[in-house]
Amino acid sequence: MPILALNGICKRFGSHVALEDVSLTIESGEVIAIIGRSGSGKTTLLRCINGLEIPDSGKILFDGRPVQHTRAALRALRRDIGIVFQSFNLFPHLTVERNITLAPMVAKGVSLADARQRARDVLRQVDLEDKIDAVPLQLSGGQQQRVAIARSLAMQPRLMLFDEITSALDPELVGEVINVLEKLATEGMTMILVTHEMGFARAAADTIVFMHQGRVWEKGPPSQLFTAPTTAELANFIDAILPVGRVVADGVG
Amino acid sequence: MNRSFGLSEFIYLLAALRWTLLLSLIAFVGGGLVGFVIAILRTTNSRVLRLLTVGYIQLFQGTPVLMQLFLFYYGLAVLYNMQVDAWPAVALAFTLYAGAFLGEIWRGSIQAIPRTQWEASACLSLSYIQQLRFVILPQAMRLSIPPTVGFLVQLVKGTSIAAIIGFVELTRAGQLIVNVTFQPMIVYPIVAALYFAVCWPLSLFSRTLERRIDADLGIKRHL
Repeated sequence: MPILALNGICKRFGSHVALEDVSLTIESGEVIAIIGRSGSGKTTLLRCINGLEIPDSGKILFDGRPVQHTRAALRALRRDIGIVFQSFNLFPHLTVERNITLAPMVAKGVSLADARQRARDVLRQVDLEDKIDAVPLQLSGGQQQRVAIARSLAMQPRLMLFDEITSALDPELVGEVINVLEKLATEGMTMILVTHEMGFARAAADTIVFMHQGRVWEKGPPSQLFTAPTTAELANFIDAILPVGRVVADGVG
Repeated sequence: MNRSFGLSEFIYLLAALRWTLLLSLIAFVGGGLVGFVIAILRTTNSRVLRLLTVGYIQLFQGTPVLMQLFLFYYGLAVLYNMQVDAWPAVALAFTLYAGAFLGEIWRGSIQAIPRTQWEASACLSLSYIQQLRFVILPQAMRLSIPPTVGFLVQLVKGTSIAAIIGFVELTRAGQLIVNVTFQPMIVYPIVAALYFAVCWPLSLFSRTLERRIDADLGIKRHL
């Protein structure tokens, strides 16, 4: 049974159709990368999964149970589904440690000692143990994003969502965040990423989803999608974002 | 016969300063409680609560505080059908007046916190109350310090209006002393200096507090 199943999701903002009949499943341990032009509905899809947006129609099943949009149900859902944003969204008034221990303590009732232990563990995962007492503004963008990942991991989610988490970073800082993602993927974390990092998507994702005009336009393993796109839209997209992408992909594949 | 301004008159002013400070304190604490509730209600999703609080704020911000004083003073007198003490009227009027302004200041501070902070904390499974308590209000508080202290200074000076309904605070005491000494150019500068002696340290305190919080946040400002 897939851990998450989306069935016929539609979402409109006014007259703009953001998502049109989107269906998608993800198995435990799977890594899905969602690619596509801006405005193709990638972020909206991610936000529908953890209830930041409520679909107009369609069904979302998490763990086989339909997702409800009451406050209590959403809080329960978000204990299991973590999300990391493009703009980090750390709590600027709290230390790194408190950023990480806050939610486990107040939302899951974890004791202070356990929460602190968890904070050290997740900071080790993102290789930032030495920044435990820093405040967010003292950190670089890449470090802040790694703390944001650690903060989300401390809730011990079963599914992680990443919304273009390297897009706001200076180019030289992208690598350190990608490294963390790759480590998570190899450790078996179930992840859905919206990303423009094609190199990473190709290397780490089990499945690539290409979205276009609010629909899942094409879907498949990276070797297939990057080397043999079946639609003109995907071929154009790959050419636009990666002028030499298909050549390189051919070499790899 | 004329008295001239001396030590006993100065002590009389100091004694009256007590009532200025006490009235300011009551209005600030009472208004703070009212304002806190107003600020929270104004930022909720409930339309009814928002409209009610907007109405309250508009009413008290859109009318002169002197009218409010008159209405509470004579209103209480009519209600109890007797001459009333000025205290309850001024305390109530200034509390509600301060509540409207503090509510509006704090609403602005809450709404100045980026939506993404609400989202990030919601996505970590925090409840609405937990979001306010741990994420939003601590940040809003930092933002609200300068305008809050600014308003407090206005409030301290504004209590002088209570002199008009005969409440003996610093300004009223000054008038009374002038009436017996006929030395307005000695008495009023001293009254003004006393107000200044209260308000200036408040402004300094505000700046110290801001700087300390900035240091905690790791913000370096060029002064």
